[in-house]
Amino acid sequence: MNAVAPNPYLPQAAEVVERVEEGRDIFTLRLRLRDAGVRAAYRFRPGQFNMLYLYGVGEVAISIVSDPDDPQLIDHTIRAVGRVTQGMQRLRAGDVLGLRGPFGRGWPVEAARGRSLLLITGGLGCAPTTSMIHYALQRRKLYGALTLCHGVKHPGDLIYGERIQSWCAAPDTQVLLTADKGTPEWRGRVGQVTQTLEDIAPEMFKGVAMMCGPEPMMRAVAENLLRRGMAPADIYLSLERNMQCAVGHCGHCMFGGKFICKDGPVFSYSEVRTLLAVKGF
Amino acid sequence: MQGLLGRDQFDLLIQALRARGYRVAGPRVRGGAVVYAEVNRADDLPVGLASVQEPGKYRLEDSGNGRLFDYVHGPESLKRFLFAPQETLWTVTQNGEVRFNETLPEVKPLAVIGARACDLAGMQVQDLTFLENQYNDFSDPYYRARRENLFIVAVNCTRSAATCFCASMDTGPRARAGYDIVLTELNDSFLIEAGSAAGGAMLAELPLQPARELEITQAAQAIEAAARSQTRRLDTTDIQALLFNNLEHSRWDDVAERCLSCANCTMVCPTCFCHRETDVASLDGKESEHQRQWDSCFTLEHGYLHGAQIRPQIRHRYRQWLTHKLAAWIEQFGVSGCVGCGRCITWCPTGIDLIEEVNAIRLPAAPRRRRGAQPEGGS
Repeated sequence: MNAVAPNPYLPQAAEVVERVEEGRDIFTLRLRLRDAGVRAAYRFRPGQFNMLYLYGVGEVAISIVSDPDDPQLIDHTIRAVGRVTQGMQRLRAGDVLGLRGPFGRGWPVEAARGRSLLLITGGLGCAPTTSMIHYALQRRKLYGALTLCHGVKHPGDLIYGERIQSWCAAPDTQVLLTADKGTPEWRGRVGQVTQTLEDIAPEMFKGVAMMCGPEPMMRAVAENLLRRGMAPADIYLSLERNMQCAVGHCGHCMFGGKFICKDGPVFSYSEVRTLLAVKGF
Repeated sequence: MQGLLGRDQFDLLIQALRARGYRVAGPRVRGGAVVYAEVNRADDLPVGLASVQEPGKYRLEDSGNGRLFDYVHGPESLKRFLFAPQETLWTVTQNGEVRFNETLPEVKPLAVIGARACDLAGMQVQDLTFLENQYNDFSDPYYRARRENLFIVAVNCTRSAATCFCASMDTGPRARAGYDIVLTELNDSFLIEAGSAAGGAMLAELPLQPARELEITQAAQAIEAAARSQTRRLDTTDIQALLFNNLEHSRWDDVAERCLSCANCTMVCPTCFCHRETDVASLDGKESEHQRQWDSCFTLEHGYLHGAQIRPQIRHRYRQWLTHKLAAWIEQFGVSGCVGCGRCITWCPTGIDLIEEVNAIRLPAAPRRRRGAQPEGGS
């Protein structure tokens, strides 16, 4: 029993415990399920998502960014871009919304055991990988070296500054930040995230890569990784499509023969490489 | 269990169903087409009518006999009885406290007369989407409640429309499974057989005559003749590879010039399951209904993703529909999403025939169809 059964469409009430302003139009809602039984049973895996419902407006799929070891407080980083998320931007601590989840197949935490982790993210794509980073850093011995390459368009788009600082201090962990255009204050690199791959230790390309960001970026990075000798099955990416039901019934998130909501959102590149190259899927 | 029911005794079947507490829906003529509606007596059915169906055409004509089921089929399948075109999934109230309220339908037992083999096959395809099974972790409780309360009186087709191709999809014209009772219409009687325990109990209440070898043979021959009369045939050989290896084929541009993106094909399709969810809030803000409604991959909203369209052009949307229906569906559910009912051909306002589209991709040398020309293989 979690927040999906027995009626997979029915949300559970969840309270906003805290709201954090992350950047321009980007904010994090820390939620706590109201019902004690549902809250106690709630578990999620890194890379899964919840459906969040704004009263009277509708639902959106939002990945879970918090720590899987603390499923009592569930963090969601949201960009105000549509009707529902713009409304959610106005929520404050104490407000109530609906939550269904968790849904989907997350990052390959088992398959990646014992291997190095190369995380490559763009823009808000850093959010869905955050719980994987937490997961790995808290089980540091289970995984090899961890490198995060994170790219933003403008330095002002960077979020999670403190979090990233703390990751830099973690053992055997490297963080490379890059912005498409720099500013005088920007201390990271300038250029696209693919360029950061030049500066990574070659051993990192023998492990597992996990990506989240705009699709053109993910394709460019994945093809770059293939040229560096990585296998398509060792490259994972989190995809996004219109989602309404989250359980494979409503048909909006179809990607060829896959449902992003239940077969994904995380796929290996071997599963999606062909269709990602075609416009319209 | 099987027997013969005289055509003049058909009212007894309707009465027996009603006596058992079923609301009875059956084929009726509405607005020049056969649709499902409540029926009280045999005379409510499309007596003596046959449908003439061609790409983009449907009309009812005198069949020249007094049969009840020569109409073959209309735009509706069993879909709307199980997967409601619009329904409220839950409501949420805000009265000091936010509360979510499940609104499962109060389902009354329903008997549907006239389901065809393609409709039963379509229902079984939708079962894979909406009921828990090896392909699907979650049952839809709304669909399930209706499914468990549906009694189906199927009809074996003894006549095919020109747009039918169930024989090539191996779904008909004989009903295979999923029915409680199945009828085969003969000259002035029905060969009637039970397909479930409930169907057997129903037949026990009817004054059936024993079926002789003659009637059983006549029925089988009539169904076979209906199968043989089908001129359309969908070649599904290696269809997944065929379509997904030709995603940039010029035929997608060609069909996009004829397709209006009107979504008719998806509305009449017995297997299309896409639906959108919307909220309807009360004016005072105290309540909101979370509704779902049939959606279609031909709408622009279907591919909406934070401000952008995944499938902005009609060629993308037609390709999405056809590749899903005939190919991706197999990956998702182990079966084709097409049952060969031909409704999408009949009810397409511009007469697009999916078989012709597949053939054009399969046989690249075939000449392009001129606009206004008769489709090959048509009647």
